[in-house]
Formats: sequence, C-alpha cells, structure tokens
Amino acid sequence: MAELQFAAPETVNQAIKILGGAKGKGRILAGGTDLLVQMRSGRIEPGFIVDVKNIPELTEIKKEKNGYRVGAAVSGARLGEHKSVKKKWPGVVEALELIGSTQIQGRASLGGNLCNGSPAADSVPAMIAAGAICKIAGPKGRRTAKVEDIVTGPGKTSLKKGEFIISFLLPEKPKKSSEAYLRLIPRTEMDIAVVGAGVSLTLDNQGICTKARVALGAVAPKPVLVEEAGLILVGSKLDPDTLEKMASACRAACNPIDDMRGTVEYRTKVAGVLATRATQIAAERVRSGR
Amino acid sequence: MSKQHVTMTVNGDPVEVLCRADQTLLDCLRDEMGLTGTKEGCSTGDCGACSVTVDGRLVCACLMLGVEAEGRKIETIEGIGESEELHPVQRHFLEEAALQCGICTPGFIVAAKNLLEKNPNPTEEEVRYWLAGNLCRCTGYDKIIKAVLKAAEEMRG
Ligand SMILES: Cc1cc2nc3c(=O)[nH]c(=O)nc-3n(C[C@H](O)[C@H](O)[C@H](O)COP(=O)(O)OP(=O)(O)OC[C@H]3O[C@@H](n4cnc5c(N)ncnc54)[C@H](O)[C@@H]3O)c2cc1C
Ligand code: FES
Ligand code: FES
Repeated sequence: MAELQFAAPETVNQAIKILGGAKGKGRILAGGTDLLVQMRSGRIEPGFIVDVKNIPELTEIKKEKNGYRVGAAVSGARLGEHKSVKKKWPGVVEALELIGSTQIQGRASLGGNLCNGSPAADSVPAMIAAGAICKIAGPKGRRTAKVEDIVTGPGKTSLKKGEFIISFLLPEKPKKSSEAYLRLIPRTEMDIAVVGAGVSLTLDNQGICTKARVALGAVAPKPVLVEEAGLILVGSKLDPDTLEKMASACRAACNPIDDMRGTVEYRTKVAGVLATRATQIAAERVRSGR
Repeated sequence: MSKQHVTMTVNGDPVEVLCRADQTLLDCLRDEMGLTGTKEGCSTGDCGACSVTVDGRLVCACLMLGVEAEGRKIETIEGIGESEELHPVQRHFLEEAALQCGICTPGFIVAAKNLLEKNPNPTEEEVRYWLAGNLCRCTGYDKIIKAVLKAAEEMRG
C-alpha cells in the first residue's frame, strides 16, 4: 500500500491543485465522522487526505444578499449556535443536529453528510426542502447545483473527479415561511433514520399555503424531492384531506429497502405520517412566529 | 511510513510530536505522547471513551487524525484537576460511586466538564442528552448523572 499523504490547504485553489495531483486517490476530510470510520474498516483506502477545515470559505457562515451561506465543513455544533440561521432554517439546523452525539456534533458537517451519499443522511431531505444550492469547486472552475442533484445512489454523487463542495446557499425565504425535519429511529438517539421527512412552506395572511417543498430520506436509493407532494399543499389551508393527499403522494414516491430497521410497507406508511407531521410543525412555526 | 511534525497545545503545554498521516489523535495521544488517560472503546465514534476537547469543542479523538491537530488546543483527562486536588466533577464521581471498571470514566469526565463550562445549570434531561454519546457498561448511568448534577451545584457555589 502506498503511503497515505495529508495536507490542510488554506485556499480553495490549493485544494483543487492537491486533489488534481492525487490522481483520483484524494479524499476530502471535513469532520471525518464517516471518512475515518470507513478508512478504519478498510472500506476505502485513500492515498491523499485533504483537510478542508483551514479554508475560510468552507468554514464560514455568512449573510448574503439572497440568503445565508454556510461553509460545507461547518460543524453541527457551530451551525446550531447560529441564532439567525436557526430561526429561519429550523428544519436544516434540527436535521443536522440530529446527527450522532455531542462529540459527533463537534465535527459532522452538511458537506460530509451529503457527499457520503447515504440515502438516510438526515440533513439532506431538510436541505432539499429548503431549496439549498451547492457551490462546487473543481479543476474546471466553479459551478452551482441543487442539493437534490448531488446524490445519485448509495455512496455515489454527481461530483466529477477533483470536484468538491465549498458551501451551501440557504435561499432567503418570503415572510411567513418555516420548515421542519422529522425522522423515525428505533431508539431515541444515535441511530440511522428508518424514514426522514423535510418540509419547507410559506403561508399567506389567510393561512393558505403559497409555496411548499417536501423531501424524503431513507425510502429510496437516494434522498428524494417529492415535487407533487409540495404542489398538493399549495392553495390549501393544510386541511386533513389535503394532508392525506400529500401523504399519499409521499407514499407513491417511496421505493425503500427491507431491513432490520423496517419493512417496505412500514417505511412507506411512516413516510406519509412523518411528512404530514413535519408539515404541521412547519405551519405551526409560521403561525407562532418561531 | 514517514512521520509529520505536528505542533499543538496539550493541556496548556506546547507539544511537538511526530505522527503518521493515518494515526488518529487518539493514537497520537496514547502511543506518541504517553497520555493513556484517554481510552479507546470502539474506535468508531460510538462510545465516547476517547472524548477530548479541541479548541473547546468536544470530539471523539478516534475520529480525528493526529495531523489535523496542528495549531489546535487539545484538552484531555490529564489536564483536569490538580495532583493535590481533584476537579469537582472527578470528586463527585468518586463520592457517588459513578464508576466501576473505569474505562468510560475519562470520557464522561471530559464531556461533563465541557457541558458545565457551557451550561452551569443543566437539567437532568440536558445532562442525559449531552452524555448520550458516552456509553457505560457497568454503572447504569444514574450515578453518573447524579455526580454531574452535584458537581454542577457545587461549581455554581
Ligand atoms: C456515532 C455516529 C453517529 C452518526 N449518526 C448519524 C445520524 O444520526 N444521521 C446521519 O445522517 N449521519 C450520522 N452519522 C454519519 C456522519 O456523522 C454524518 O454523515 C456526517 O454529517 C458526516 O460529516 P463529516 O463532516 O464528518 O464528513 P466526513 O467524514 O469528513 O466526509 C464524509 C464523506 O464526504 C466527503 N466529503 C466531505 N466534505 C466534502 C465536501 N465539502 N465536498 C466533497 N466531498 C466531501 C468525504 O471525502 C467523505 O467521503 C453518524 C456517524 C457516527 C460515527
Ligand atoms: S473510542 Fe472513540 S468513540 Fe469509542
Ligand atoms: S464504569 Fe465500566 S464502562 Fe463505565
């Protein structure tokens, strides 16, 4: 085995160069809570580890004209302490904060959660519901992509060789908007989602839904945006009939696996239930102004 | 395999150590610096026995590379308490008999001290959530939670 190399560049361009020189054997290291576990088990054998936590663009949280920009390597603990982001994007923040324990929170990032490519990654449905946009760097320059277009299957992403995520834009929301993320796990914490549901919505002054996005995790080979479910909510007052139609659209979007955490039937049913509850929580957050 | 020079602060002292890129911070502390107070239970982030703080943030030393520690401030169990006087969290662990085999104890103490620095007056629920990533096979947790709450009370004065 070739000797493992390590670098902690201070700029995006340095990181691009190092990854280019690593000839496909390079790996980004953010919090390492997936990467180090996989290295230890022998599942992956990187040749060059590139720690991105010394690059300001990957570790900053800052307000921009059209939203908040969150560095891809910002830890759950840090994002959770950011009051303005937490107030506007409670779904994204609560989803990231569900990951692991206090210790894992000290390191786990949105970028790592997404790029690890797990269908059950908690923050991903929440980011999809929020309409988050990735800023990506690579040998051919920078580009942007929607979060829902990154994961292509278990452990696989659409990032090209040498590309990595710099940051996420959480787009500014209209007034009277909120969001929520819920997951079901067999225990009260420290487990992998059986189903996850993220909902982001906007109401008008009459309480009618004017915008909604619904996304599910752990019910298909990758996290999914259920566009139809969002469209069903729009124009309604989120009455029980509409919610049931929305839940039905969620169930139709499920293509889950059977495993010890849940059967296909169970996961499918729970997807509808969690999407409904997440919708109600998001709506309640709008009404209460929290 | 060649080693890299890493400079960090450990328990307030500047330290220079040589470590390989594939060594975890836990390996570096234990094997290269002889700081064996930090324990290894699982090496997969599940048990919390390896808890240390990095720039004040609680992390698992088994899920961080030693080379990542360049320029960082690390605190381990060895930095808690004086040789003559235990830290209140340590003393209450003894008084409440909150340990048996002791493998989990350094991790619990580092994690609990970090909690009390951020939140001097936690509820029992908050203590239980904060320590949910620290596993103990012996005590059944109640005595640990009680020790932390008593230490908090004493430290608030
Ligand atoms: C005890 C424990 C409990 C956990 N519980 C949960 C849970 O409840 N829910 C959950 O979803 N996950 C959970 N996880 C998994 C993990 O903590 C999360 O997926 C976390 O968000 C990963 O982030 P990281 O920064 O540690 O990623 P890393 O391990 O640093 O990276 C993960 C992968 O993504 C790549 N990568 C990282 N950043 C980038 C980037 N910016 N651009 C391109 N590629 C990148 C890396 O090369 C690597 O392949 C748990 C892990 C542990 C050890
Ligand atoms: S040894 Fe690090 S969490 Fe168990
Ligand atoms: S005292 Fe033995 S594991 Fe906690």
